[in-house]
Amino acid sequence: MTLAPALPREAAAPAAAATRTARRRAALHWVAVHALAIAAALFFVLPFVFVFLTSVMTDHQALTSDLWPHHWQWSNFAKVWNTPGFLTWWRNTLLYAAAGTALTVASSLPVAYALAKFRFRGRNLALMAVVSMMMLPPQVTVIPMYLFWAKQLHLTGSLWPLIIPMAFGDAFSIFLLRQFLLTIPQEYVEAARIDGCGELRTLLRVVLPMAKPAVAAVALFQFFYCWNDYFGPQIYASENPGAWTLSYGLESFKGSHHTNWNLTMAATLLVLAPVIVLFFFAQRAFVEGVTLTGVKG
Amino acid sequence: MALVSSPVPPALRSKRRRERARTLAFLSPWLIGFGFFFLYPLVSTAYFSVTSYDGYTPPVFSGLQNWDFVFTKYPAFWKGLGNTLWLVVVMVSLRVVFGLGIGMLITKVKSGAGFFRTAFYLPYLAPPVAATMAFAFLLNPGTGPVNHLLGELGLPQPGWFTDPSWSKPALTLLALWGVGDLMVIFMAALLDVPKEQYEAAELDGAGPFQRFRYVTLPNISPIVMFAVVTGVIQTMQYYTQAIVAGKVASGVIGGSGQQFEPGYPSGSTWTLPQMVYRLGFQTYDYGSACVVAMVLFALSMAFTSLLLRRRSGFLAED
Repeated sequence: MTLAPALPREAAAPAAAATRTARRRAALHWVAVHALAIAAALFFVLPFVFVFLTSVMTDHQALTSDLWPHHWQWSNFAKVWNTPGFLTWWRNTLLYAAAGTALTVASSLPVAYALAKFRFRGRNLALMAVVSMMMLPPQVTVIPMYLFWAKQLHLTGSLWPLIIPMAFGDAFSIFLLRQFLLTIPQEYVEAARIDGCGELRTLLRVVLPMAKPAVAAVALFQFFYCWNDYFGPQIYASENPGAWTLSYGLESFKGSHHTNWNLTMAATLLVLAPVIVLFFFAQRAFVEGVTLTGVKG
Repeated sequence: MALVSSPVPPALRSKRRRERARTLAFLSPWLIGFGFFFLYPLVSTAYFSVTSYDGYTPPVFSGLQNWDFVFTKYPAFWKGLGNTLWLVVVMVSLRVVFGLGIGMLITKVKSGAGFFRTAFYLPYLAPPVAATMAFAFLLNPGTGPVNHLLGELGLPQPGWFTDPSWSKPALTLLALWGVGDLMVIFMAALLDVPKEQYEAAELDGAGPFQRFRYVTLPNISPIVMFAVVTGVIQTMQYYTQAIVAGKVASGVIGGSGQQFEPGYPSGSTWTLPQMVYRLGFQTYDYGSACVVAMVLFALSMAFTSLLLRRRSGFLAED
């Protein structure tokens, strides 16, 4: 466009036409991209919408294939909330997620720091062991672990067999933290050492403040992992309904209300809600964390 | 340091010892965890796989009896292995292609990018049980909105989670809904592709397809590789969605007094991890369950080693 005045008079007309076609093509491109994006958004969002609409239907209407509620029955949520057990599952899930997250961060950070900043023999081997542990399906080790918690410690029927191991480092968290700590220049660590900081002080006073985004991402991932976990509670806690979590309880909720999709969907939304609220509070930390797992690919 | 052949000065030696102690101290939580929650149960699983053990009477060595049983007298093993492979091939490739497509779309969106990014990412965070429950409702053949809409459009209405030939596609649909993790990874990778390369390609007269083939793909291929390998490893652990979908669709759920046999309908959602659960925790044949666990271990280690072989990039060593 800026070139147009410099062109000879006879060339100006075609140039203007070319600009016009280019502009038209850009507009078309814009429309195509946004139409596709809207179609994709429908695919991702509509399930939430349908779940919500069904969750406020009356019992009678939930038996039909109607899409829109005739009468908005908000009391469904209260009904689910007051179901015996629901509050206990909620409390158990929160305890599992909060304790699990705190223990994981506290135990994984020093390990990640050592793997990122210390030089020692066997470091690569340790790193490969971390990755192997990260990739191990939980079902591979579940039988000896279950037998251990059930027969040696008699702790099955509670969430302790899931919480206690988190005090001993989580492979995924170690890996993710290490990836981030590598990006912190060694000079900061050296400077702190020269100033006479012990290693623990260096980690807590110098490195930790710089690693806040990664620590936040790890904490969020772990919180979600615990909140969403189904296999763990099914194996260790299922024998005692007093120790069930939301994910495990939600399924039995469907069992006892099997004709009522409206109540089941209301319960589903109540399990989903905290996750979505947490996401909106910590969106940045999340996206940064996910990127961190992949960027070094 | 390699030149030091003379005795190490005592000061340096004590410094090294201190460093080693410090390293050990920092690693100690994980060293205990690795030994106790990885090595010990792994050795123990291998041991149980050659014993006959029901959890009550002490394990009795039985040689390769369990292995023989699982491989030759337990047809459900091959069925489960086949389903796991189906999911690994179809689910992983569709997820990678779809994730890349959505990632490319999001980098091109100019208006409302924040809204679209959130909308595309959010389903990934839905707890698997809640997401499966939601899809079991959406896709239920009787009153589900999806079949309702398909009916209005005059399209066939499949039985989804209740039809053996549609249950795995239904699980795949659920997995595509939660593609947000791959979207974010691909989005970051696409934004890292140098702009000049696109400009140069355009000057050379490359069309959009050629630009994708010769500029985009070579730049993001390590990320695609990463997504495929981690996807394969995750899909071999595929458990929650399959067992919950089966339970909800069959109506046999905890509290109803019946025991749910995973795989509904007709074993079509039956996978290796569910087999460990079934054999170990429902039929108390710990020996055979450990054989399946060892198979699962071998398969996931094979893919992990694929990842580690390319570790120069993956682990970003300094």
